[in-house]
Amino acid sequence: MMRAFFAALAFAAICAVTPAYAVRPDEMLADPALEARAEQVGSELRCLVCRNQSIEDSEADLAHDLRLLVRRRIAAGDSNRQVIAYIRSRYGDFVLLRPPFETSTILLWGGPVVILALGGVAIVRFYRSRRGGATPLPLSPDEQAQLAAVLGERRRR
Amino acid sequence: MTRRRLIYLLPAALFVLLAAGFYVGLGVDTNVLPSPLIDKPAPQFTLPPLATGQKGFGTADLQGHVSLVNTFASWCAPCRVEHPVLIALARTKRVAIYGINYKDKKDAALAWISELGNPYTRIGADDGRVAIDWGVYGVPETFIVDPSGHIRYKHVGPLTEADIEQTVLPLVARLGK
Repeated sequence: MMRAFFAALAFAAICAVTPAYAVRPDEMLADPALEARAEQVGSELRCLVCRNQSIEDSEADLAHDLRLLVRRRIAAGDSNRQVIAYIRSRYGDFVLLRPPFETSTILLWGGPVVILALGGVAIVRFYRSRRGGATPLPLSPDEQAQLAAVLGERRRR
Repeated sequence: MTRRRLIYLLPAALFVLLAAGFYVGLGVDTNVLPSPLIDKPAPQFTLPPLATGQKGFGTADLQGHVSLVNTFASWCAPCRVEHPVLIALARTKRVAIYGINYKDKKDAALAWISELGNPYTRIGADDGRVAIDWGVYGVPETFIVDPSGHIRYKHVGPLTEADIEQTVLPLVARLGK
């Protein structure tokens, strides 16, 4: 019991840990509102050295340079979208952690919806066919006569 | 075979499709990312020279002839492997080679050049900002720029002799026409 309690406590403590940003204090913008925007933009951009981290999370040198670049552009008055477009025009779609919705990514975005719809159709058809099979057909006059005969025999016994 | 029976082949067909997809995926080198800069004009930049007294390197140098722009650094091990290939290419005099010295110490870069030789027509010293404009994410990366200043090709990682023979020289010959 006690062990389970401590295990739960340890698990809660692990969950409570906030993600460690790699942003160094000297990189941050003085204005907290601008810094918050920079962090938001940075968390959308992939670090191309480590691939599965955003530039805000990465310790890589290039991520550091890109963080500074994002902050320079934001301080210069660019909108979040402009900053992302600036980096995307140099590094391509892969730099975006959230892939854009375009003709080349239709399968990526639409695939799950299509598969869900196909599954739904399959489920509906499956249950329909089962229900159809379960509904008994009315007996033909011949069958009714047979049934009556069998039941009559039983009653006589 | 009836239509009802055919449906039992569906999982097998799906598996074949998936397996084919994965097999193709195995051959893709995920270290090499496609560059959106291909067929775009080279970025506008001017870089200071590596050694005082020499000329720097900038966009204007790329006009009028085919250029090979190579990013390198003395701290980059694959660059050391690549260097003799660049020296050999420079000896052919078929293409002007320009260097972007990426995030390097000046002394270290100059020592590297004097030790291994200098294949570059011009070298610019970059603190990392110009390389970002070129979409560089790891040295060495090499670009081929046509006489009108448009980027036509990007190579990620060290160039090998085979790359020079099979890709670089044919492309340089084609662009130089």
